[in-house]
Parts: sequence; C-alpha cells; structure tokens
Amino acid sequence: MEPRRPSRAVIDPKVRQVGFITPNAPPQQPVRTQSYPPESNSPPLSESPASNSLSPVMIPPPRHLSDNLTAYRTPAVPVPESSRRRAEPAAVACSYDPSESLFGTSSPAPSPLASSRLVVDGEFSEESWFKKSDSAKFASSFPGGGFDLTTVKNVGVAAAVAAKKPAAVSGNEKSKASGAESKNELPSGSGSKTSKVKMTKSERRSLQESQRAAKGGNKSAGASSSRAAKQPQQKKDAAPAPPSVAASEKKGTDRPPEKERKKDVPAPRMQFDDKSRVEKAKKRAVVNQTEVRNRVELFRHLPQYEHGTQLPDLESKFFRNDPMHRAVYKVGLQYLAGDITGGNARCIAMLQAFSEAIRDYTTPAEKTLTRDLTAKIGSYVSFLIECRPLSISMGNAIRFLKNRIAKLPLTLSESEAKTSLCLDIDRFINEKIILADRVIVRHASTKIRDGDVLLTYGSSCVVEMLLSHALELGKKFHVVIVDSRPKLEGQSLLRRLVANGLNCTYTHLNAVSYIMHEVTRVFLGASSILSNGTVYSRVGTAAVAMVANAFSVPVLICCEAYKFHERVQLDSICFNELGDPQAVAKVSGRGDVNYLGSLGNKDNLQLLNLMYDATPSEYISMIVTDYGMIPPTSVPVIVREYCRDQLWI
Amino acid sequence: MWRRSASFILDKRNDTGARPDFVSLSPPQTTASTMADTLQNPNAKVSAYYQTRAAHHGVVTSDWLAQAQAAVGKYSPESDVRSSSSAAADPGSGKPFSVIDEFNNWRKQPDLAEAVAAIRALAAVIRSSEATTMMELEIELKKASDSLKSWDTTSISLTAGCDLFMRYVTRTSALEYEDFNSAKSRLIERAEKFGEISYKARRIIAMLSQDFIFDGCTILVHGFSRVVLEVLKTAAQNKKLFRVLCTEGRPDRTGLRLSNELAKLDVPVKLLIDSAVAYSMDEIDMVFVGADGVVESGGIINMMGTYQIALVAHSMNKPVYVAAESYKFARLYPLDQKDMAPALRPIDFGVPIPSKVEVETSARDYTPPQYLTLLFTDLGVLTPSVVSDELIQLYL
Repeated sequence: MEPRRPSRAVIDPKVRQVGFITPNAPPQQPVRTQSYPPESNSPPLSESPASNSLSPVMIPPPRHLSDNLTAYRTPAVPVPESSRRRAEPAAVACSYDPSESLFGTSSPAPSPLASSRLVVDGEFSEESWFKKSDSAKFASSFPGGGFDLTTVKNVGVAAAVAAKKPAAVSGNEKSKASGAESKNELPSGSGSKTSKVKMTKSERRSLQESQRAAKGGNKSAGASSSRAAKQPQQKKDAAPAPPSVAASEKKGTDRPPEKERKKDVPAPRMQFDDKSRVEKAKKRAVVNQTEVRNRVELFRHLPQYEHGTQLPDLESKFFRNDPMHRAVYKVGLQYLAGDITGGNARCIAMLQAFSEAIRDYTTPAEKTLTRDLTAKIGSYVSFLIECRPLSISMGNAIRFLKNRIAKLPLTLSESEAKTSLCLDIDRFINEKIILADRVIVRHASTKIRDGDVLLTYGSSCVVEMLLSHALELGKKFHVVIVDSRPKLEGQSLLRRLVANGLNCTYTHLNAVSYIMHEVTRVFLGASSILSNGTVYSRVGTAAVAMVANAFSVPVLICCEAYKFHERVQLDSICFNELGDPQAVAKVSGRGDVNYLGSLGNKDNLQLLNLMYDATPSEYISMIVTDYGMIPPTSVPVIVREYCRDQLWI
Repeated sequence: MWRRSASFILDKRNDTGARPDFVSLSPPQTTASTMADTLQNPNAKVSAYYQTRAAHHGVVTSDWLAQAQAAVGKYSPESDVRSSSSAAADPGSGKPFSVIDEFNNWRKQPDLAEAVAAIRALAAVIRSSEATTMMELEIELKKASDSLKSWDTTSISLTAGCDLFMRYVTRTSALEYEDFNSAKSRLIERAEKFGEISYKARRIIAMLSQDFIFDGCTILVHGFSRVVLEVLKTAAQNKKLFRVLCTEGRPDRTGLRLSNELAKLDVPVKLLIDSAVAYSMDEIDMVFVGADGVVESGGIINMMGTYQIALVAHSMNKPVYVAAESYKFARLYPLDQKDMAPALRPIDFGVPIPSKVEVETSARDYTPPQYLTLLFTDLGVLTPSVVSDELIQLYL
C-alpha cells in the first residue's frame, strides 16, 4: 500500500531522530548540537539530508565555522527572541555588545541571569539523566554521536534561545541573519579568522587570562578548562562564579575541533563517588544531607544519605522567607519524608506545585519572563532533586514545562503568559496522566477474561484502576498480589482490593515461582520504559517478569506514554536510586529478628537497598499505553512520533 | 484450583451448538434468529471466511463443498434482503444498493482476496451514494463498512481491509475541496487506487521474495495461500530450481490443491501429512506460509498448524517467511492462542464421533513473532517488529 506513505509524509513530515536527544534540547537543537555546522544555505530543518551528510568529525570551513560559533554564542546575548530580532540588523548589532557577549565584568546584569539558567539546565540533565562512568558505553550506543550534553552545557543558553525560535525560520532569513551576526561576531581566537573585530587581540587575551585566573589557580588553565567543561560541578557553581563558565565556554569556542570531539561524550551526571564534586555540591545545597558511610562498591556513584536526619531541620525552615516557593518546598519535604510516592502522584504533586509557584510569580525588573522563569523552575527542580532524585516521568514533565515556557509568544503579557502556563500544566496532568490512565484501563481490560488469575507486583495505581474497572465490568477473576520487603506496598493495594470485594491472594516475592503456574496474566506497572523496551520499575519487577516468562505466562506492562524515554539502559546499576539501607537491615516491630542491630555501622558491612530494576524487553509480552497495545519493540516508535518535541500535547 | 483458561467454557458452549452441524451442515435457524437483528452472517457457527475459501479452492469432500455453496447461495440473498431493508430504513438513503450484495459479487471471483472484494464494494458505495455532504458520505461509508465487518466477524483481513480503506480514503485532502462533487470524485479516485494497489499487492510480494528463493532449495508450504502460490509461480517462471514440500492441510486439505497447482507448473512437489513436518524438517531450507492476518505484535494468525510448523522450524534454525499483503495488518494483539475471536470450522473425521468426545474445531492459530523470520509484504520485506511501527503510524 505504497501510496499511504506519501500521504502520510505530507500530513506529517517525519523527523526521525536517531540516537540520543538532549533532554532539554528544543526541536531545533540538533542543528546546534550536531558536530557539523548548519549550512547557511540549507533548509532550516535539521534533518535535511545536506546537513546530515556531513561527517560528524569534519572540521568545518571557516565561514561555516563562524556560523556555527554564532549559534553557540547566541546564548550570551541577553535577547530572548534572537531570531525575531534578527529581522532588524540594527537591534542585533547593539545587542551583540562584545563585552556583554563575553560575560564581561562591565555588564554583569545579563551574565548571572544567563549563567544561572545554565546551572539549571545543566544540573537537571546531569542529575537525572546521564551517567558519566558509562559515558563511553553510551557514546558507543548512539550512532552518529550527534548527541552531546557537554556542548549543550557549554551552550546551555543557546539551547534555550534556540528553543524560542519559531519552528519555521526560513532558510533565507536565517542565512541573512547569520550573515549579519557573523559580522558582529567576535573572532574567536585561532579557530576563526574573521577580521572584523571590535576588540583587539590583546584585549581579548587579557580578558581571557583574567577569566582563567578567576576560575581558580589550582588547575592548569589548558587542561583543566577543557575538563572543567565536562564537570557538573562547574555548572553547579556557575551561579556564584559566572566568569568560569564564560571561560570554559570561551575555551570551547577557541578550539572547535576539540569541542566536536567532546561531543561524542554524553554529559556527566553527578557522580557521588567523586569526593571533590560532592563537597562542592554540598556547599550549595539547600538540604543538608549526611551521607551514609558504608556504601556498596558498585553503587557508590549514586547518592545515599542518612535517612530522616534533615527533615526536622528543613521543617523548621518552612516559614522562613527563602527563595524557594512554599508549595515547592512542601512537595520537596513530602518527597523526602516519603509521603508522596508513586510515579504519577509525584509528578502531579510537582506539577501542581509549579503551577502554584507560577501563579505567584512576578517577573523581576529588567528581566524577561521566559528566561527568569526557566531559571526559577530550574532552581526548584534542583531542590526537588536534593530531596529525592527525579523519576524519568518527572523529568519528562519538566521538559514539557520548560518547553512551553520557552515557546511562549513574546506578545503575551505576564498575566496571560502565567495563565497559559497554568493551563498547559493542567492539560498535561489531565491528558497525559488522568485520561491516559483511563485509556490504558480500557485497553487492558479487554485482555482480562472470565476465569483469569491475574498477578501483580507491588502497588501500581494503573493496575489498581484496571482491576477495579474489570470488576465493575462484571468479569470474574482472581488476583494474586506479590509483595516484598521493605516497602510492602502491596498491602495497601490488597486492602483496597479486598474492600472492593475482589478475590485476592497475597504472597511475598519468595513464593512467586510457586504461585506462577496458576497465573494466566501478569499485570505490572512501570516507572519508566526506555527505548530498547527495557522496563524500569520497582525492584523485584524483573524477577516477577522472568519467572512469568519461564512459565510462559504473558506479562503486560501498563504505563503512560509520558513515562517513555529515549535513553537506553542495559542494567540496573548505572542509573538507579538507593533507599534507606537501614530498612533492609531492620524489620520494624520485630525485635526478635533484628540480628543486625548492633552491626549497623561496621566497616565491613555494606547494606544495599535498591529502589528500581530494569526488566529486559524479552520478558515482556505487551505494553499497554495510551496509544494502544504495543509490543516492547515499538517503544522507539512512540518516542519518535509522540515524545519527539517534548510537546506531548 | 483455579481454571487456567476461560476458553474451555467458551469452546464447550460453542460445541454443544455446533456438533449437530457436522453431519448435515444445515445451519440451525435457532442460532440465526438470536442474532437476526445484528446484520450477521446467518451461518455463524462456521466461519464464513473459511466457507468462502473452501468454496473457492477446497478439494474437500464434494458433498461438503456442495453444501457450503448451497449455504452461500441460500443465505446470501437473505442477508442481502435484510441489509437492503435496513438500508431502506435509513433516513435519506432509499436506494436498493447493498454493500453486502456488491461484496458477494466481487467475492465470487476466486482470485480476488476477500479484503480486496470489500474494498471494491466500499468504492462502489461511494460511487452510488446519493449523499450531498461530505459528512453524510462519510457516515454512509462508515455504516457500510460496519455492516461488512459484522457480516463476517471471523475474517481478519475483511475487518482490517475495511479499516484501512476508511483510513486511506477519508484521510485525504478531500475536505479542502469546496465543491462536493469534486471531493467525491477525488474520494472515488482514491478508493479505486487503493483497490488497485491492494489487487497488485500479490505481484509486489512475489517480486520481493524472489531474492530469497535460491537454486536447489527446498521449501515447505502449509495450506493453500494465493500469495505463496504467486511467489512460487514467479520463482518457477524465473527458472529457479527448487522443490516444494506441501502439507496436506487438514481438515479442508488445501495442501492438495496447492500441490496440484504446483504440479501444473512442473515444480517438484512432495505431499506430507500434517504430522510429518518435524520428520522432514531437516531437508527443508525455508518455510513459506501465508497469513489470515498479521497482528500488532508482528505475529500472524493463520491456518491451524502454522504455529507448530514455526516452532519446529525455529528449533531447527530454519527460516520462516510469511507472505502477506499489508491489508491484512490488523489492530489485534492476541496474547496467546485462546485470546482471539474463535473461527470455527467443521472437521470431517470420516467416521462418526461419539457425542461425548469433544472436537477442537478452531480453524486457525496464532504464531508469535519470535518464531517468524521475515514478513514479505507490499510495503517491503519487514521484520515482525516493524508491523507495529506501520500500524502505529497508520492508526494513531
């Protein structure tokens, strides 16, 4: 049926994004982050074959280089809607004041703003998405190497600015604009040979030197600045010390080939086994957490704190007038205390807190809403991360929100912009979570037949809704709830189901192989589904799925599409969350089994309480999502088609 | 102890009604009357899909064939009357045209697949429609496709073909035309094009699969599939030297017919009984099967016995190729064998069966994607996982 394809293409031109996409990258971002420069005469779309055909390691010709640099440099300009303004070259010319674009000390106003946003973007991505220790692995698994967070970080603001560009900048306009820019563009050292300079070489050099000095004399300037660019710490400290960011960025523009080389390396996450960075992060943190001493070797890169030590302290600060919005602070504390658990609940709570914060937000003088609010949201996010690492679903929701902020039309007044954002948040909650759940329940209930024995593990709210819905439909089935220590989440589910009048069996994970031969369907929830079909879910899910597979019982995963992520993960080690280790060692309320009570702080005892695990896709028969029932091999299709622009709606 | 599967009950319920039919095959009017108001094939106990197939190329016992034909002849007019009367009852369409009538006319051609017949019938609906607005036309079309679908719920390709047609035809820029007549003619044009494409799909598949048949290979085929026959015919015309092993294809013995056709083409053929598949698997280079439907997981629903052939082939590392037109792609996702609408088919055991003995009369089984190597479709040669990709892009 060949002709469908053209028609399809006409309706919806496909942007097939291969490999990794930066979490905070806007749709146009690939042009910027790709190691090759966007050709000024090529169409603006990044997927144009012309630009794709360029080799990623190719050293661009000078003209393109300056274009490229322009793209990276744009961030420094405190003009939010650069592409719009470019129509008037005069405006561009004055906005490209060299001192400003270098984060010069003479005009401090724009730079802290820009760099604080930088912090936000960088931190978010580092904290929640990527792991440095596996950077090589990641890099190799993404053909094309187009993805690079290092650069994104360097040009984090570029990303943000690019996001604001309207999707359809005509190539013509664009090339004109970039031409205009390159005139005003600073010649960037050795790489670019443009002679139209506003600053003399020596001036520039001295400025550079001073920035390097400011960055700290402990490292040698050459090696460290390139390394520093990769460090998340750099980003985190950027707010107090903007010049260092400027320096590293400057460095990046100085040596384009090196920058391109670095592009193959995904940005690092915060690695908690790196002492110096952890120290730095602590200085900045709102939440003072004490780290657990004996950590399991394999999981040192994950944050692990003493449980419950910081809660009273934070609670006392609740009424203090600090930069954190009260709603966000409250949600953070609830995460910390474990009052809000479950992917959907956490995500909804976060979004509602943001919505409240946006409603109370007023743009400070001399700032634009788009940039300042993004920075604000970013600081909220980093606070929430300190309370508890973000889940992937929350990450997606944040991407959505930032995207909406970035896409706000300039013409909107502040109150209009705020209303529209709040509406967007409400729509996200409604359409992507609540309605999606209903659709999933409707789909999945067609797979429950009379006489079925359904097994579920832990407590997933979608599965619970599904079971109650099937009961309402009058289906006759039996439910087996498998649970595990230390959370015993299944008990609350069991309670509600039994109260509804369902026939239930409750057992622990240890007995799953015994019970499995009586089961006809396994329904599981998921925290996230990655693009290789791996299901990232509560620890123990993988064991249940494997046992079910061994008994050839179909395993159905119920998961909303907003939890899909384009990352690939092969094990549960490199990205995970650690719970309170004492919870594993102690059985609450049972004095007689607390054999480990006195051993808690021994150096030769390491306790591990993992929160999540990864279930390989071959153990999964079907994923029920709001787009229908799909095999795990089709997750990339959903990610590609629907999660592409983080538009979601 | 819980019961493993509810299908046991289902089968039993169907059996009690269905067993008397084996001997006489005269459809019980009692069951037909229960679903008289739903515009359904009256002989609901037996899959209409398999009836048609048997009518077209069954080598089965001649009396069964005669009865089947009689059943088609006898009940099609009745359903036509019913459908036209219901169409007459519809406000605004007082025409004597009936989709099912048209469909059955097309269906009489043995070479025309059921879905293509349905597509042609739906195209005829557009042509003969007296609607004056696009909305009206669309509603009419929807009604027609629904009645076609409910006429035979067991045929996957019919349902999928109707769905695809609706997608293909209505998802056009027709609404951009201000003039209704030009929009309508555009729709007809599209419908005809779609019918043409679907008709040609078999040729495309035959061309695509030539690269996979090499000289000296031995191919196992199961049942009778027009696509597979086309593939083998093209290979023979291309002077490829190959050998075919045909399964018998019980109960309607469609394998015999395929072997006849192949013998006419001078292709060396060997007939096997269905249970000799594992015995002869070691001399086989590839397995070629058709499909009743391709489901979202990339697996196929096909004539009973395909699953076990695929399992044997998988365990002996032989490739299993499926030839299926893309109008057979259905939005279904069976999790296991019993998770499908049952299509029942009478089985002639040659001897009377005591009434206490149950008979499995299901006509088809589901082969999961992990046992299939490649799918040859008119969209290209696909791995099973691409099917869902195509379906998602089409339907969402």
